[in-house]
Amino acid sequence: MSDDPSATKDAFTASGTGREALFFARRNRKLVGGGVVVLVFLLVALTGPWFTTDDPLAYVGPPGAGPSGEFWFGTTTFGQDVLAQFVHGLRATFFVGTVAALIAGVLGMVVGFTAGYRGGLVDEVLTMITNVVLVLPVLAVLMIIAAYLEVRNIEVQALIIGLFSWPWVARAVRAQTLSLRAREFVDLARLSGAPVRRIVFREIAPNMASYLFMVFILLFGGSVLFAATLDFIGLGPTDGVSLGLMLNHAKQWSAMDLGMWWWFVPPGLGITSVVGALYIMNVGLDEVFNPKLRET
Amino acid sequence: MGRYFGRKLAIYALTFFVAVTINWLIPRFMPGDPVSRMVARAGMQTPEGVAAMREYYSSLFGFDVPVWQQYLNFWGGLLTGDLGVSLWAFPQPVSSIIVAAVPYTLGLLIPAILLSWWAGNKFGAYAARKKVLDNTVLPIWYVLTATPYMWLAILLAWALGKVAGLFPVGRTFSASLRPEWSWVFVTDLVSHWFLPFLSLFLVAFGGWAIGMRNMVIYELESDYAHYLGALGAPGKLVRRYAFRNAMLPQITGLALQLGVIVGGAVVTEIVFDYRGLGYLVLEAIKSSDFFLLQGIFLFIVIGVLVANFIIDVVYVLVDPRTRAGMGGGA
Repeated sequence: MSDDPSATKDAFTASGTGREALFFARRNRKLVGGGVVVLVFLLVALTGPWFTTDDPLAYVGPPGAGPSGEFWFGTTTFGQDVLAQFVHGLRATFFVGTVAALIAGVLGMVVGFTAGYRGGLVDEVLTMITNVVLVLPVLAVLMIIAAYLEVRNIEVQALIIGLFSWPWVARAVRAQTLSLRAREFVDLARLSGAPVRRIVFREIAPNMASYLFMVFILLFGGSVLFAATLDFIGLGPTDGVSLGLMLNHAKQWSAMDLGMWWWFVPPGLGITSVVGALYIMNVGLDEVFNPKLRET
Repeated sequence: MGRYFGRKLAIYALTFFVAVTINWLIPRFMPGDPVSRMVARAGMQTPEGVAAMREYYSSLFGFDVPVWQQYLNFWGGLLTGDLGVSLWAFPQPVSSIIVAAVPYTLGLLIPAILLSWWAGNKFGAYAARKKVLDNTVLPIWYVLTATPYMWLAILLAWALGKVAGLFPVGRTFSASLRPEWSWVFVTDLVSHWFLPFLSLFLVAFGGWAIGMRNMVIYELESDYAHYLGALGAPGKLVRRYAFRNAMLPQITGLALQLGVIVGGAVVTEIVFDYRGLGYLVLEAIKSSDFFLLQGIFLFIVIGVLVANFIIDVVYVLVDPRTRAGMGGGA
């Protein structure tokens, strides 16, 4: 078991189900495997930049050299260290994914809870807004906004991605809130005069906690892919480096034609591994939280 | 049913209105003066040239009239098909450039979307009842859905195009050919089309297969499936019912995924220099051609809305419950 039992207990309000979830979580191969991959990449992103050059765009090595002992991932046409770009880019990826997912998650939850719990006209209006943003092709909107921003950094990128990826969360949260609102324990809380905020956060939200956690993972993955796409079409951060931007440079300076696979394979592999591992973790989590899906 | 379509159409009309408004607002609300920025980016040296460009842009944006009139003028221009003049391909109008590129993008998108959806659903439903298959290919599908479109495109272009030399990479058809209905041209077009199509197909395929697999497993666990089984219905019949029920969320999913797939097509086209909308996006960004970019944005929005409406119609045809007036909600 965990080193500090009280900490585990605090983490879950209902310690019984919490311990049960933990029990199954540690035995779920998908969850553990995916988690390990994500953690490894997170560690690389956090500590990697300390071991490489401070400026990943600096010209440090021979131009267009393949992987070697000195430059593990080789160098670009201009002699930039691909490994340094990779670890810095990974950091940007985790940052954009986390911030965008937080923004979208909070927005979606606020809209979903409000629409589902209030009902009536508020619900009508919020559902309308949700549906409108839902049909808008996100990438096209991001494209047009990013194109007009003169100075772009990853913070702004995370913000605009977050601002446009919440609708499906709002929709799902609203549907769940609608069904939970009708339950007896919520009626009881309402009868006992609990304020709305308390009912939503104490009675309704905990019942969706597992779902919300999985929503966050999906939002993270989606945001990372959006960011990479924006970077690739040339709307990435104007300062700094990201995995999508590396792919953009590789394409722009025809790494494909020159056969410099070490330039374009790592960034894509990094994104795919992180997002793929998260998706697989999500399946594992689903099995942990939903006893019907457990294999054993 | 009329109410169902009425609601949907209202949402689409509102979305279009919002999209146009965004398109109008953004250049005006961005920090700085759009006219001077455009002039600065054009890199004019002579003062007369700068003055001329300044005047040109001011009248294009319509800054000399009140704000509400600027907005109405914008709509007026839009409804008459006037999207401005492209700077990248001056002096061609934006609308004609886009119309020329759209067939190539549609020729890539429509087969990729429909085939990946069809094949993904079939394969997902098949894998759902084969434990061995399920365990081996499921991780591959997850990796596929997590793959950025452009990376898979780059890998395919590099491996099958450059290294193996099976397919040409770059352009929609060879530079030496002109579009015509000849055998040479069509085969050339198809060979250039195949790799972009394949990379779009593969990424989308994984997502549909996973969705279908999960839905079929869920449906096979439901009461009606157990009841049918208890009545002694053959497994094939039960699975067919499960498949038909599992299709419905997949149709809705198609509508939700459209925007993402269109984005995927844009980057795939960029990787392959395929001369569709994605190529225009890249050129517009490179040359700061905002009129072209805005035109493409509107075009994508309209395309996605039309596709959404088609999917709504299909949904009504497929699901009898919406026809009976039960599914009034959006």
